[in-house]
Amino acid sequence: MTPIAGAQQRRSISPPPQKKPKTTSMQLRVNRGRAQHRAWRYTCQPKTAARRHSLSLSKMSVYGPVVKIHPVVLASICDSYERRNEGASRVIGTLLGTIDKHSIEVTNCFSVPHNESEDEVAVDMEFAKNMYDLHKRVSPTEVIIGWYATGFDITEHSVLIHEYYSREATNPIHLTMDTALQSGKMSIRAYVSAQMGVPGKTVGVMFTPLTVKYVYYDTERIGVDLLQRTRVLPNRTKGLTSDLSQVGGSAARVQDMLTTMLAYIDDVLSGKVAADNSVGRFLMDLVNKVPTISAEDFENMLNSNINDLLMVTYLSNLTQAQIALNEKLVLL
Amino acid sequence: WPDLKDGTWSVVLLKIIKHYQEEGQGSEVVQGVLLGLVVEDRLEITNCFPFPQHTEDDADFDEVQYQMEMMRSLRHVNIDHLHVGWYQSTYYGSFVSRALLDSQFSYQHAIEESVVLIYDPIKTAQGSLSLKAYRLTPKLMEICKEKDFTPEGLKKANIGFEHMFEEVPILIKNSHLINALMWDLEDKSTVADKHELLNLSSSNHLEKSLQLLMDRVDDMSQDIVKYNTYSRNQSKQQQQKHQYVQRRQQENTQRQSRGEPPLPEEDTSKMFKPPQPPPRMDTLLIAGQINNYCQNVKEFTSQNLGKLFMAEALQGHN
Repeated sequence: MTPIAGAQQRRSISPPPQKKPKTTSMQLRVNRGRAQHRAWRYTCQPKTAARRHSLSLSKMSVYGPVVKIHPVVLASICDSYERRNEGASRVIGTLLGTIDKHSIEVTNCFSVPHNESEDEVAVDMEFAKNMYDLHKRVSPTEVIIGWYATGFDITEHSVLIHEYYSREATNPIHLTMDTALQSGKMSIRAYVSAQMGVPGKTVGVMFTPLTVKYVYYDTERIGVDLLQRTRVLPNRTKGLTSDLSQVGGSAARVQDMLTTMLAYIDDVLSGKVAADNSVGRFLMDLVNKVPTISAEDFENMLNSNINDLLMVTYLSNLTQAQIALNEKLVLL
Repeated sequence: WPDLKDGTWSVVLLKIIKHYQEEGQGSEVVQGVLLGLVVEDRLEITNCFPFPQHTEDDADFDEVQYQMEMMRSLRHVNIDHLHVGWYQSTYYGSFVSRALLDSQFSYQHAIEESVVLIYDPIKTAQGSLSLKAYRLTPKLMEICKEKDFTPEGLKKANIGFEHMFEEVPILIKNSHLINALMWDLEDKSTVADKHELLNLSSSNHLEKSLQLLMDRVDDMSQDIVKYNTYSRNQSKQQQQKHQYVQRRQQENTQRQSRGEPPLPEEDTSKMFKPPQPPPRMDTLLIAGQINNYCQNVKEFTSQNLGKLFMAEALQGHN
């Protein structure tokens, strides 16, 4: 608790960056405020500029529902891209999910075989219908909400395919995933189609982008965490650990986070980084979360819990010995 | 038996998790089929699809047809369509049952290297992914083939409950593309703010596990009582047979001394019907299940002890 107060104190008494002539105390305070404000603006501006730039690339839209994607869908798309036929440059498939008032949740998908050439595109509709029926038997709440395609851009063929899907579902969404990693990242974007052009004459179709968010169930989050750990290993494989080592791993992760925080606090104390009030408040919350219990009470709680666990361990060992014994007796 | 290790692709993992989350909230188990192929000494599971649950209004639902259609469709999109096993979710680790044994036996009979993946959603929700792969040992396969579940049969095979299933280690493999996807996801999603694994509350889970354990132990004791009565009946019958034969012999010697024809030696086995030996397979299953519960409980307690000591250290510094 003391380091944070210290940081705040230091900020309030830091001298203004420019050399100012001697003024009255009131004026000094005002000058200090303005200088501070200017300093804050200078440090913030490049950040906001960068943020705005990244916003423009990833979150381009304002209108339309939010698209929430589960990682299952992305993994399936990657998988079907890897298994594509010879000569096919991209893969398409149907997206299944649920529609809410403000958001569309994509929970499942399956790929649909299709042929694409310069002037025509052929999609196996029969197959798509069949697969959808089969999937519906397992999860009756999922409906067709759109389709996906791998690749960076939207081609003219996409328009045709999109037309087909608009017959299947109202206002389908189109998801693109750049599996060829053209821009260095796997940009995952969602679009919805809108009519454009002069009414009465040739009407065109425009794809307007939507915001994409990733959602996880709790168990999915844990599964994805495990998968994240495979990406750092050289041979891309990972066994499943068990027992105490998992708790150890989890504790190590929390420790890493704490070291990062401590490094940040040290920087703030030594003045390298300007202190941020909100971060300070979070830190206060964090330190206060450790409950203050009297040592005696805590000892009691700890001991009773440990006793419970030890007793259960003893009982289970006993049971195991019992059944092993029974086994041997029967075989006599 | 080749030393097979599972290489499960991440797609499979996510699909299984999702299937349980969506469909299995109320009922006990959700099941599905695993697809993949055998590569040298590894069994690679590359895809899976779920099985719909049996509902009342689906009486004419044909499971085989569903499977066939699914596999045919998947073949069109170049997904491996070879069956290599099946998966099932479990409730607190209670999966050792007759149904599982039968299904796994039929799978293994058809395909030698098939495994059953057991996914425990409750344990996973507590912070650590719990996915285990099991296969029947060759000894158990022999017994199932002969369907000889009498005590003598089992004694011959010398099988104990530890030798029923063998666990196959699982590795999770990812392709480079999925690796890139992981980096991307990490970038875009928030840090997991729930460290479920470090949660201190344990009594709920312990209670339920112990409840199930107690039920099983009750079943076991009933079974043992049955077996004891059977062996007692058997020995009583042996005694009676013995006595009868002796009496017959005595009578015969008496008759001979009197000069009368001896009474025919009646077939003792027809007179004393031997009692039906109780099938021992259930006992074995129950024993295996109890063993499983105990293992789980021990794992859980060891984790919790570690957490409690960490909490103590934290308090000590305050």
